[in-house]
Amino acid sequence: MDVDARRRVVRARALGRHFGDRPILANVDLDLLAGGFLLVTGPNGSGKTTLMRLLAGLLAPTSGILEVGADRGRIGFLGHEPLVYGELTALENLDLYGRLYRVPERRERTGMLLERFGLWDARAERVSSLSRGMLQRLALCRALLHDPELLLFDEPFTALDSEGAGLLDAELAGHGARTVVVASHQPERLAGYATERLALA
Amino acid sequence: MSAYFADVAALARKDLLVELRTRDTVPAMLLFVVSALVVFHFALPAESSRLAASGMLWIALLFTALLALGRAFAGEREQSTIDGLILAPCDRSAIWLGKTLSMLAFLLFAEAVALPAFALFYESVTWELVAGLALANLGIATVGTLLGAMAAAARARELLLPLLFLPVAIPLVVGGVGATVADDPGRYLAFLGLYDLIFAILSWASFEYVVTE
Repeated sequence: MDVDARRRVVRARALGRHFGDRPILANVDLDLLAGGFLLVTGPNGSGKTTLMRLLAGLLAPTSGILEVGADRGRIGFLGHEPLVYGELTALENLDLYGRLYRVPERRERTGMLLERFGLWDARAERVSSLSRGMLQRLALCRALLHDPELLLFDEPFTALDSEGAGLLDAELAGHGARTVVVASHQPERLAGYATERLALA
Repeated sequence: MSAYFADVAALARKDLLVELRTRDTVPAMLLFVVSALVVFHFALPAESSRLAASGMLWIALLFTALLALGRAFAGEREQSTIDGLILAPCDRSAIWLGKTLSMLAFLLFAEAVALPAFALFYESVTWELVAGLALANLGIATVGTLLGAMAAAARARELLLPLLFLPVAIPLVVGGVGATVADDPGRYLAFLGLYDLIFAILSWASFEYVVTE
């Protein structure tokens, strides 16, 4: 497809966010077209997580313009926390989110993702008993459950073993028409997928 | 509209399931309300009036409710699952309504134990008391859930919630005690109903601004 004809999913101009008097993110300009893959890099404290939360709509900017051309229900967000209930099982968590996201054929989709990420055998276990790596896999299932058009992954390889990282690699490699934004300390791992780069200082 | 209520039902069911598994809130409420009624029984002089006994019951129930409200969003904040709910495309007021329904269920559990205890230690339970409690429960759950969400985002939430909630709940105590002891309970019950309506609308409309940054 002609790049210019593609829909713009993210547009930011002079985007900034501060907490109290402390600026975390300042003067970020960004354009991301549908199907693009943006790799966000930067040292600790450079504002990668803040940028991801701004894009997800979990934070409001304190300066500049931010336009995200994807509805709230079409964004798949993976942050530092898995956003699942420790007292519920993996299946119950995904079922809850599936209901809230109005996922068609919820049970089939949930089962397929649990299988794909190697969690099917642990589906009836309470999430609080899962290892950190399994939690990250479950968080990936949650983020992908509703087949989002915009994926926002903040350090997605955290806690994943080589098998889990391979599954995530496969997911990112096959992102197809999805627009992807990944913040990572492992840019070399994602260099092959990235169509855009943003280095935060 | 049916999708909205399906979201509410799913969220309330989640809260009840979490409570069933953790037993974090309801057992503490039951223990507290019974303990408070026992202590008040010995603290009040034997010749105390019906008015005083009724007041003690309402105070005990109000502080019991605070226990539940203080924990209403604590889990969501600690596990950051509130972000997951905010990201979902459901109407954010559905999060409030789901939580309000679960708070209502917890209050009903507490009162199912508190009222027999009240009858045992003080005096019989009248229909006016039950009607007053039913209406006050709605008020406590609606406005309390909103304030619980506000307090949960603060560092000093244990301090903040009583500071926010107790002044707002004073009309509920006035209405509840009035409905229980006055000759004309209808006036007080109508007052409680009006309070519920106003605060339910305010809480429903303002919840989104409480949970988004």
